[in-house]
Amino acid sequence: MTQSDVARYTWGGDEFLFAEIAEGMSLEANFISNSIANALEMKELEGIVDICPANASLLIRFNPDLLASGELERTVRKLEQEVRATTSRTLETRIVEIPVWYNDPYTNETGARFREGYHQRPDGNDLDYAAEVNGLADAAEFIKRHHESPWLVSMVGFVAGLPFLFQLVDREHQLEVPKYLSPRTDTPALTIGHGGCFSCIYSVRGAGGYQMFGVAAAPIFDPSQSLEDFEDFMVFFKPGDIVKFKPVDEAEYFRIRAEVEAGTFTYRQAPIVFDVGAALADPDGYKVSLVEALNGI
Amino acid sequence: MAFEILESGLSTTVQDQGRIGYYRYGIPQGGSMDQYSASLGNRLVGNTPAEAVLECTYIGPKIVTKTAAVIAVTGAPVDVLVNGTPVPQFERIQLEAGDELRFGVIQGGTKYFIAVHGGIDVPEVLGSRSTYPIGAIGGVNGRALAAGDIVPVGAGVENGLPLLERIAEDDRPVFSKVVEVRVMLGLYDHNLSENGLDSLLNSEWTLTPVADRMGLRYSGPGVQWKEREQPFGAGQDPSNIVDAGYAVGSIQIPGGTQPIILHRDAVSGGGYAMVATVISADMDLVARCAPGTKTRFISVTMEQALEARSENAARITRIWS
Repeated sequence: MTQSDVARYTWGGDEFLFAEIAEGMSLEANFISNSIANALEMKELEGIVDICPANASLLIRFNPDLLASGELERTVRKLEQEVRATTSRTLETRIVEIPVWYNDPYTNETGARFREGYHQRPDGNDLDYAAEVNGLADAAEFIKRHHESPWLVSMVGFVAGLPFLFQLVDREHQLEVPKYLSPRTDTPALTIGHGGCFSCIYSVRGAGGYQMFGVAAAPIFDPSQSLEDFEDFMVFFKPGDIVKFKPVDEAEYFRIRAEVEAGTFTYRQAPIVFDVGAALADPDGYKVSLVEALNGI
Repeated sequence: MAFEILESGLSTTVQDQGRIGYYRYGIPQGGSMDQYSASLGNRLVGNTPAEAVLECTYIGPKIVTKTAAVIAVTGAPVDVLVNGTPVPQFERIQLEAGDELRFGVIQGGTKYFIAVHGGIDVPEVLGSRSTYPIGAIGGVNGRALAAGDIVPVGAGVENGLPLLERIAEDDRPVFSKVVEVRVMLGLYDHNLSENGLDSLLNSEWTLTPVADRMGLRYSGPGVQWKEREQPFGAGQDPSNIVDAGYAVGSIQIPGGTQPIILHRDAVSGGGYAMVATVISADMDLVARCAPGTKTRFISVTMEQALEARSENAARITRIWS
């Protein structure tokens, strides 16, 4: 195992316990964080306010009037040991297809407004820059790399319902792009962003520092809960979801938008068992079997 | 019962004790920035502490009440005018149908609160009436008040007014231009150099005008980070980490220049190292600071933080008993 044997535990004031599973991002660290979060949730301890699994760490809010900090730390450390001792690394989850209009006019227009003083590269757009820093031929090549392998939702947060996405490829094939030099004050809703090794989908319009590659066609945060996929909750994504981006052209994008407006849009998705060991051992072969789950839906 | 909003003020929002349990989805806790002040208002008008109030920022709204109403204005010092006549803060006020409530110039702090008997009665979203404008949920249509809004007021309990009509001077919040904010070091404080940690704790920091419900930014000497090889996925700057959950009240220092205290509407996570967290007992104190406030960060232990928390709770219990 490449991880250190035990997480680093530290306090965020008197109401937050923070456990850093690993300093660097990895599938393994993310799996451990989510597994501890799930195990803690199942315990239904009085005094736990919120359990927030993140990319390679875990943040727990508690009420110290109801649950002593020492007791909480002991409980989480024990769960961590149990999770690390488990040899099975599988997760019952789902794969979801997200239609994206790459290189769209909305993010390009926004990108053009935030160049001087914001961006590393005055010429071209964010895709041209991302292709260049990853040593790829052009934007088209980068787009292909972005959608041909699926992504894991490694964290939900920043703003309401925003998924952080970690691509299921080996380390050498991870797409890494620096964030903007200074954050933009505007990002179109549903922008596909990328910073460091993470992609994201901006759930709402607002500030942001990630590079912009395209725009998703359907909502992922729906406070009105008018679409079927949001019947139970206004936030679509959960940590552990697998995302397969599907490139769409302008005509397809607007066809989907019309379905969203009419309230008839539903995501193509299928239940899967995600096996971390298999994904790490043979990323290329494993991605094929993951994506096959979407066929025939 | 209802209030009609003639003028919105700078940013007037419906707030309560907050939306708890959805932070894992990126939905912040929200709630009145100065919980103590909001609680005093609810106490005076015979509500429970959970009732929603209007939080006003610098410039308050102009309101006409459609029916008789019992209100109290607490929080930052400001002139309160009913039909143009000054009335006191921290005291219960009876309004008649058609009365106009407006505000003069704020004299300290940034936020004051209008509590009304029965509470502001907008629908609860995820267990709270607090406004979260970024997610467009809570409050009035998920946004700050606008002119023309009709804000519903709850019926309240009949004969539900307490004997207490006025908050004693000693129990009122203090709005100072010089504060000491107690913090617990932790999270990623080990990424600061010795010199950087010394700067954080032994410098005077000045609150800048870049301060709102999401966060408060301070100017000062800056801090130094340790030289290190950045871990995979963290980003190149030494103030970057692999994106993680942010504790409410945590202090991050992007680029090592200006510390930012994350407050009740902050983003729930991101890639900047947090180096300390304001203790729960001092979050209201931070919310009371106006730009220009000279601030020192005082390092305390968990035991001291819990002691301060108990003292705060005891004070609130006394006022509510």
